[in-house]
Amino acid sequence: MVKHTLAVLVENRPGVLSHVAGLFARRGYNIESLVVGETEDQGVSRMTLVVAGDERVIEQVTKQLNKQVEVIKIQDITNEETVDRQMLLIKVSADQAARQEILQLMEIFRCRIVDIGRRSLIIEATGDEGKIEAIVQSLRPFGIKELVRTGKVSMVRGVK
Amino acid sequence: MEPGAEILVKCLEKEGVEVIFGYPGGAALEIFDALHQSPQIKTVLVRQEQGAAHAASGYARASGKTGVCLATSGPGATNLITGVATAYMDSIPMVVITGQVSSGMVGTDAFQEVDITGISDPITKHNYLVKEVSQLPRIVKEAFYIAGSGRPGPVLLDIPKDVSASLAEFKECKSLDLRGYKPNLVGHKGQIKQVIQLIKEAQRPLVCAGGGVISAQAEEELLYLAEKLHIPVVNTLMGLGSIPREHPLSLGMLGAYGLAKANLAVQSCDLFIALGMRFDDRVTGNVQKFAPQAKIMHIDIDSAEIGKNVWADLPLVGDLKIVLNQILECLPKEKKESWWLALENVEKVEIKSVEKEEGIIPSQIIAALNDVLPAEAIITTDVGQHQMWAAQGLNLQKPRTFISSGGLGTMGYGIPAGIGAQEAFPKRPVVVITGDGSFQMGIPELGTCLEEELPLKIIIFNNQALGMVKQLQDHYCEGRHVSVHFKKLPKFQDLARAYGALSLRVEKQEELSEKLEKFIQHPGLVILEVLFSSHHNVYPMVLNAQGLDEMIYGRNLTR
Repeated sequence: MVKHTLAVLVENRPGVLSHVAGLFARRGYNIESLVVGETEDQGVSRMTLVVAGDERVIEQVTKQLNKQVEVIKIQDITNEETVDRQMLLIKVSADQAARQEILQLMEIFRCRIVDIGRRSLIIEATGDEGKIEAIVQSLRPFGIKELVRTGKVSMVRGVK
Repeated sequence: MEPGAEILVKCLEKEGVEVIFGYPGGAALEIFDALHQSPQIKTVLVRQEQGAAHAASGYARASGKTGVCLATSGPGATNLITGVATAYMDSIPMVVITGQVSSGMVGTDAFQEVDITGISDPITKHNYLVKEVSQLPRIVKEAFYIAGSGRPGPVLLDIPKDVSASLAEFKECKSLDLRGYKPNLVGHKGQIKQVIQLIKEAQRPLVCAGGGVISAQAEEELLYLAEKLHIPVVNTLMGLGSIPREHPLSLGMLGAYGLAKANLAVQSCDLFIALGMRFDDRVTGNVQKFAPQAKIMHIDIDSAEIGKNVWADLPLVGDLKIVLNQILECLPKEKKESWWLALENVEKVEIKSVEKEEGIIPSQIIAALNDVLPAEAIITTDVGQHQMWAAQGLNLQKPRTFISSGGLGTMGYGIPAGIGAQEAFPKRPVVVITGDGSFQMGIPELGTCLEEELPLKIIIFNNQALGMVKQLQDHYCEGRHVSVHFKKLPKFQDLARAYGALSLRVEKQEELSEKLEKFIQHPGLVILEVLFSSHHNVYPMVLNAQGLDEMIYGRNLTR
């Protein structure tokens, strides 16, 4: 099934997230990821939703979302030229021997080391899904102790 | 300065509310107190909150206005839920007000606290937890607008006790700013052109009029369209009454228990014009086999309904009254052939085959009712076999005269919905058609009829069984009847007396007309019980996974 990215503008009010999440649950749609945050307008939040489904499912998702009183605008930006970013925090085992190798790797990926412990490092990375995935794979052999990542945020390129 | 509750009541008065169906309690004390002082709003005390929601829904459906119900927090609010879900499924405009524990207590599992906005989220068009008294005027105005516009539906307001009690200046809200809610009313011009083209090309067009025709008050446009082009009309359960049943172009109800000619018309038409309906599974039968020869034209105010269950070759979003007027402006002139007349005989064959039965046959009760019911009578039903017999056979002549729980199929709806309808139209006869099962779910509200002196005419189809479930067991459980036959029933006659109602009972067919005459003439509350055997089932019937033309006409009868 194709993954679709929806940019959804909603009223910035309590309860809106649960309305949207509840809608997905009860209609049986699959959310791959959901990120929400304030926009340039304080009264408006933007959700970036990644949803898997065929055209018919996505059409229903869009229409059902549109029916929510708090939903202002929906854009399916799947086929647009976009900048996509996720963020990753990863705690990896790093004894003295491995440390140098990890630092070099992270240099290549242009990640930042944000915490150094006696036996571990915390690395911060941003990028699109492919880059984040590659970073995780490259660190796996060292031993991943903890991993947390956000969903995707997207913005259409250029002026539209 | 005045308390929030009084501000609420002023807002309700401004919305034109005449009656509120409610049940009091601790968290709603202030609101009832404020209502007491309203010269405009009558408060009807029901016997259980579900009755309040159903009554508001019956009121809305009979009158076309938004119904209002009110309950306290916790169990008061949860008891409303079945009524709210019923209204939601049938797109009924309602404003539901619940008391809530004080803001400071919310989230502490306080006495009679329940998260009613959370619970009601899937079954309301929108809902609000009012946090500040200053928000009340805006929220009430939005609630009525959202409930009654676009595709109507219930909107819930949860009002904490401290908000009802706290003092504020009343500032009327004069304008709405709902940037996320803008129903599309006018049909897209390009689509309208295509509508005309498809209608022109069709040789065997069929209109299916659903509840949307009634909510949009588009019955005149519907009739004009049908007559002008000579197109027959079938109805969904919710659309009954949108065209007079005896009109030569009216083929009656389609669907799982639809009339044979209506279903056969669907399967034979080459253009299916769906007006304000949502292709419920009880309407379509097996979707794959639905209207196999037809292009589907789907006109509805809710774009999410288009393409949801059945693919639409031509979608058109808009308010039916406006859209139909747009279409009527450019209608082709040629009338269509009477292609459906060959289907007319089927029904007669079927009815004859059952007339040999002994005892009363349910369809005879409906026929006898048709003889005595005036055109302005409002009929409410419960849910089950009696509902389907009524839907198949009643000679309905006007919209908003058939009030029944369609989408949710809620037993216990008939009596409280009748109360609502009677409050809307005190002078018109309101007849509740119910069964012995459904009636027992509605008994408490007889107390409301007694107190309010509401002259409901209740007819119980008494076959001592939950007939529709029994019928399903006949067909799907090899006839094993489980939990469907009442071994003992209360004496409904004694019950009628206890509630001050006239009690009538019919056991023989010969008594039907005379007793029904008495029933309809009686000026007060009356309960008429008609006894017949539980072996009668509703036919035709479309079994699971079958197409509408694969109806069966009896336990072993197929065509």
